Amino acid sequence: MVADGNTPAPPERLWRNPEPKRNYDVVIVGAGGHGLATAYYLARNHGITDIAVVERGWLAGGNMARNTTIIRSNYLLDASAALYDHALRLWEELPEELEYEFHFSQRGVLNLAHTEQEVRDARRRAFANELNGVDAEWLTPDEIAEVCPILDTSPNLRYPVLGATYQRRAGIAKHDLVAWGLARKCDEMGVDFIQNREVTGFLTDEDRVVGVRTDKGDIGAGRVGLAAAGRTTLLTDTLGLRLPLQSHPLQAMATEILEPVHPCVVMSNHVHVYTSQAHKGELVLGAGIDTHNGYAQRGSVHVVENQLAAAVELFPVFARAHLLRTWAGTVDVTPDASPIIGPTPYENLFVNCGWGTGGFKATPGAGWVFAHTIATGAPHPLNEPYGMERFTTGALIDEHGAAAVAH
Amino acid sequence: MMSSSNPNRLNASVRPGRIDRTRTIHATVDGRAVPGRPGDTLASAMLAGGDIEVGPSIQRGRPRGVFSADCTEPNALVQRLDGDCPEPMLPATEIELQDGLRVETLSGVGWLSEQRDTAGYDKKFVHSDVVVVGAGPAGIAASLAAARGGARVMLVDQHRELGGMLLDGQAHIAGHPATEWIGRAARELAENEQVRVLTRATALGCYDHNYLLIAERRADHPDAPPSPTIRQRLWHVRAKQVVLATGAHERPLVFADNDRPGVMLASAVRSYLNRHAVLPGREAVVFTTSDSAYSTALDLLGTGARVPAIVDTRPEPPTRLVEQVRAAGAHVVTSAAVVATGGEHRVSGVRVRGIDGNGSLTEWSAEFPCDLLAVCGGWNPAVQLFAQSGGAVRWDPVVAGFVPSGAGGRSARVVGAARGTYDLAGCLAQGFASGAEAATLSGFRTAPPPVPQVDGDRQASRPRPVWLVPDESRSPEECTEHFVDQQRDATVADIHHALGTGMRSVQHVKRYTTISTGLEQGKSSGVNAVGVLADALSAGSPGEVGTTTFRPPYTPVPLALFAGRTTGRLYDPVRTTPMHRQHVEAGAVFEDVGQWKRPRYYPRGNEDMHAAVLRECSAARTGVAVQDVSTLGRIEIVGSDAPEFLDRIYTNGFAKLAVGKARYGMMCGADGMVLDDGVSMRLAEDRYLMSTTTGGAAKVLDWLEEWLQTEWPELDVYCTSVTEQWAAVAVVGPDSRTVVGRLAPDLDVSAESFGFMRFHETVLVGGIPARISRVSFSGELAFEVNVARWYGQALWEATMTAGSDLDITPYGTEAMHVLRAEKGFVIVGQDTDGTVTPVDLGMDWAVSKHKDFIGKRSLSRPDLVRQDRVQLVGLLPTDTTTLLPEGAHLVEPDVSRRPPVPMAGHVTSSYHSAALERTFALGLISGGRQRIGEVLCAPVGGRDVEVEITSPVFYDPEGARRDGPEQG
Repeated sequence: MVADGNTPAPPERLWRNPEPKRNYDVVIVGAGGHGLATAYYLARNHGITDIAVVERGWLAGGNMARNTTIIRSNYLLDASAALYDHALRLWEELPEELEYEFHFSQRGVLNLAHTEQEVRDARRRAFANELNGVDAEWLTPDEIAEVCPILDTSPNLRYPVLGATYQRRAGIAKHDLVAWGLARKCDEMGVDFIQNREVTGFLTDEDRVVGVRTDKGDIGAGRVGLAAAGRTTLLTDTLGLRLPLQSHPLQAMATEILEPVHPCVVMSNHVHVYTSQAHKGELVLGAGIDTHNGYAQRGSVHVVENQLAAAVELFPVFARAHLLRTWAGTVDVTPDASPIIGPTPYENLFVNCGWGTGGFKATPGAGWVFAHTIATGAPHPLNEPYGMERFTTGALIDEHGAAAVAH
Repeated sequence: MMSSSNPNRLNASVRPGRIDRTRTIHATVDGRAVPGRPGDTLASAMLAGGDIEVGPSIQRGRPRGVFSADCTEPNALVQRLDGDCPEPMLPATEIELQDGLRVETLSGVGWLSEQRDTAGYDKKFVHSDVVVVGAGPAGIAASLAAARGGARVMLVDQHRELGGMLLDGQAHIAGHPATEWIGRAARELAENEQVRVLTRATALGCYDHNYLLIAERRADHPDAPPSPTIRQRLWHVRAKQVVLATGAHERPLVFADNDRPGVMLASAVRSYLNRHAVLPGREAVVFTTSDSAYSTALDLLGTGARVPAIVDTRPEPPTRLVEQVRAAGAHVVTSAAVVATGGEHRVSGVRVRGIDGNGSLTEWSAEFPCDLLAVCGGWNPAVQLFAQSGGAVRWDPVVAGFVPSGAGGRSARVVGAARGTYDLAGCLAQGFASGAEAATLSGFRTAPPPVPQVDGDRQASRPRPVWLVPDESRSPEECTEHFVDQQRDATVADIHHALGTGMRSVQHVKRYTTISTGLEQGKSSGVNAVGVLADALSAGSPGEVGTTTFRPPYTPVPLALFAGRTTGRLYDPVRTTPMHRQHVEAGAVFEDVGQWKRPRYYPRGNEDMHAAVLRECSAARTGVAVQDVSTLGRIEIVGSDAPEFLDRIYTNGFAKLAVGKARYGMMCGADGMVLDDGVSMRLAEDRYLMSTTTGGAAKVLDWLEEWLQTEWPELDVYCTSVTEQWAAVAVVGPDSRTVVGRLAPDLDVSAESFGFMRFHETVLVGGIPARISRVSFSGELAFEVNVARWYGQALWEATMTAGSDLDITPYGTEAMHVLRAEKGFVIVGQDTDGTVTPVDLGMDWAVSKHKDFIGKRSLSRPDLVRQDRVQLVGLLPTDTTTLLPEGAHLVEPDVSRRPPVPMAGHVTSSYHSAALERTFALGLISGGRQRIGEVLCAPVGGRDVEVEITSPVFYDPEGARRDGPEQG
């Protein structure tokens, strides 16, 4: 690990900036990580290249540009573990496949347990991971100290670290470079990126979607895939289609560039903060959503204070690092905090949304299954459980619920 | 005119400076002593000593020098080594010189030390009528006007003294030096009790609804007490009105080798001259695009420095300025630009070329020797705070900068240089007007004071920004020595490279080149990058390209400041019961449950947890045991609609519960999943006392309030947390009746008079009023004795005394867990996980079929009535000594172990049982109730543990023990 502030030698060309055609086989709304990965796998796996990815702002400028870049697959529930581990396996292939160094670093993720109940929950998750073929280890405080010496594992903490799950294959990647690498390959395969054009609604023929309306004119489409994260409901509302989503600010923050000090990723639910050190050398920190709803990409300062207090508590060495920048994205959260990926009541309209705080790590996996769903009109086995009908049937994928309830 | 130890320090007769010449103090930079005066910054002291070069650049190792005199400094970054904990990446331009200050220079990367930061940080939360950010002329004027109107005013400035850029120059106000006006204003503000002036305080963030975050530095400066208790303080301020007088930052210029040590912002040169009496160079070329740098030239000439040339990009700079500098001995080269610098570790000369109206170089050229090149690329209004809170900015071609768009954006008003007003009279006028207006709008009607006469200050003539001075031979794509962001070593070539890849957005270019991602966060590099980009894209103006997003904090601050006192012992309040000391004395081992410390077990002698828990359980089953249950959440629910409310909240009915009775209740989320449980008593027709789990109390109160406030505001119900008003013990076991009988002599505790799920109020021995209920979480005869918190210790003592001859045994949470598990009673959060319904737990009896309640509709959804849902069952390892790990999953014995292995469910609770004389567990198993007697496997640590599925009730299934032994 080198904190030289370097980014890898940049490529000569990433994407064209074409004028949109009148019609496309597929229009993807949103050029975030998921929109890009969907276009990529539509082209790669399904031979569909007549695609426009329409983006209201700049390519990968939403949550893709704002997340804490953590990648892991050590989820408890079968449906989650299968989807996220599929994504992780794709992550492992992507640097070579995209011919683009995006600093995918499998430096390991520690999920800390601070209470007896968290120990039970974490061990349950590790046991489940093992049976699901997801790598997971249970570490004692002494073993944690070996993996991450700067973490305070002393019993004197207000909430001492009682143990942790450790996924060695987990880690981080440089989010922007992931997006650019995907975009470059898509562009090579003929995908059009239409930036600075806001999709405002849909062209419909009765219950069939036949294109999108934008602030600069209509674009016809055989099929439309929504990958618009926090702004999804603003679009589905135009069809009278109500999705069980709430948009919240999610904040993250970074320090100045520092010599390497933090060797892995540490996540704590109880002392709520996630930390890692980016390739360039900044400490990157995040935690949970702001509880209020909003689209403003601005959060509240007390949320930042709580995270930083947690960070300094767990990592005394961070005390004099400087907070350089805080920011917020807008995340869309479903009642069970798992995504919705699948068809809609409208023919030819498909949604991928509701990823909440977990979207980045799923990027290639989400793209893979969403591309399958759009190309075939039916969900991939991995996203079969993720249809919106589960909120009617009750077959929720409540990873959050299953992960932690205080007693 | 120079002193020898500080060769570049000007004599007081030439420039007094705002330094204390009576004292010499010393800092150490890279092991070398740097002398200076109180009032110096580290950078000014270094410059006074002739040191301009600092650490080499981050990626290319190029020599770099002190470039600015403020927070935009890209090069002079140091690691502070003195004090109790090293601190990385501090600009030398912002560090106040102190004796003992010790630093090392950095190259854009700092480091963290393992030394613990023992300094104090705290926070203060205040309200104010008017907050003024920035104590330059506009900010001072605004504060004076608002304060004279009677408003509570807070004036915040990042420097040690008021004055802002007035201190960098030599302006006169009302016929006197501006410093006299500042001094009078400072005294007036100090004498007004309604005014708080915070210096060395940086407004970091401006949030919605006039919420400001301010970092105050109370240590690390010469005026600080020797060992300040608080190093830095974070102020949270809610203001009625905010006036942003945040000033402006000078822009660098982008030309070949513009990063050479000795190239310095013109405003910085002037600041060092006038504030610190330091002449950073003897022979200074001035390169400018606007009027302000002429003042630098005049100040340089006035102190005896040579100014070989003033290079102005404009064809016709204002005649009066040209004449002024000519009279002082310098000449102006118009329509010209510096195209190259010479020298290695210090600029030795510049090459100048003509520049035409299109920005192309003309044939004319000249060379000038110099050891200092003062550059002015124009000014960036400091719109950061304004924009952070959502204010929009627009490009103003007249001031050549991004200014707040509209009258003042959101509720903050922006005045002075921060909105592109650079003349002193204009700043004062705006300041007075905005201060008066802010006071008036916050309820203190007042008129702006008259603006005093200002000398020698005119409205600036129009600048001519040049975003990129062309290279003499290379195309922009090849401009690899035209630095746009020195800290990041990012150049014009990098921007063009980004464009070549297809990027068009300033946000992409920022991320690709990393321009503006350093400490200065674009204050200095940002607009130049936009300008270069606008030129390259042939955009009409930088406004078409736009800015990147402005984000808090305004300047970097230690993470520890945000943590404040929320650290160590105070990280989260530790809650203890009134009996805590008695538990400590009894040798209890504690466990964190929510914020509470609860005794987990009470080892005797050399007992481990296992032995202690077996003993404690035995006592409860065969004699009498006592647990402190004061931590259970208690919410008093009062109002004529309280019965209806509880009926809606709980899955089972409470409206018909008789006064004097208690009932176990379960509550679900809207999804039908178990949320919390507990016993609630009906104290009166309109009054219940609800108990919750220890960890769930706050969440449940929030839950109740959410329904009352957002969904059912029509209900007449009030909820009050009374957890900490009560102390309680559970007295458990066959002998508990005897103990409680002694404890409450006036109470008939017989089974006939005191039925299960009843409560009575009485007076205990010693005159303690108490409420005693008969509830049981162990299956044994049990009483819960509740007293006012004040009597907690007395209650514990009395109970122990009453049971002393019966060997009354205190027990902890672990034994409690075992006892309840033997009876198949669930712990919400342990045997449930947010995906479990009451029906899954086999608690259909607690789910009303008749009334509506939260979650009812969900419970009938198809997935919630599946036969193969997980269900609570008992689990008995075939080997009676094997303890199943909690969290282990169970699989069919014959299933293939190739992942993914189908899982039948998992172990939620697992213990050794004294009563059963074996291990046992509870678990959630798919279709479990139909599978009693079947055997499953728990793969654990590479081997399989065989487990039989059983009923979850292991002990006294018929409930014979609940009422205790036959009396008589």
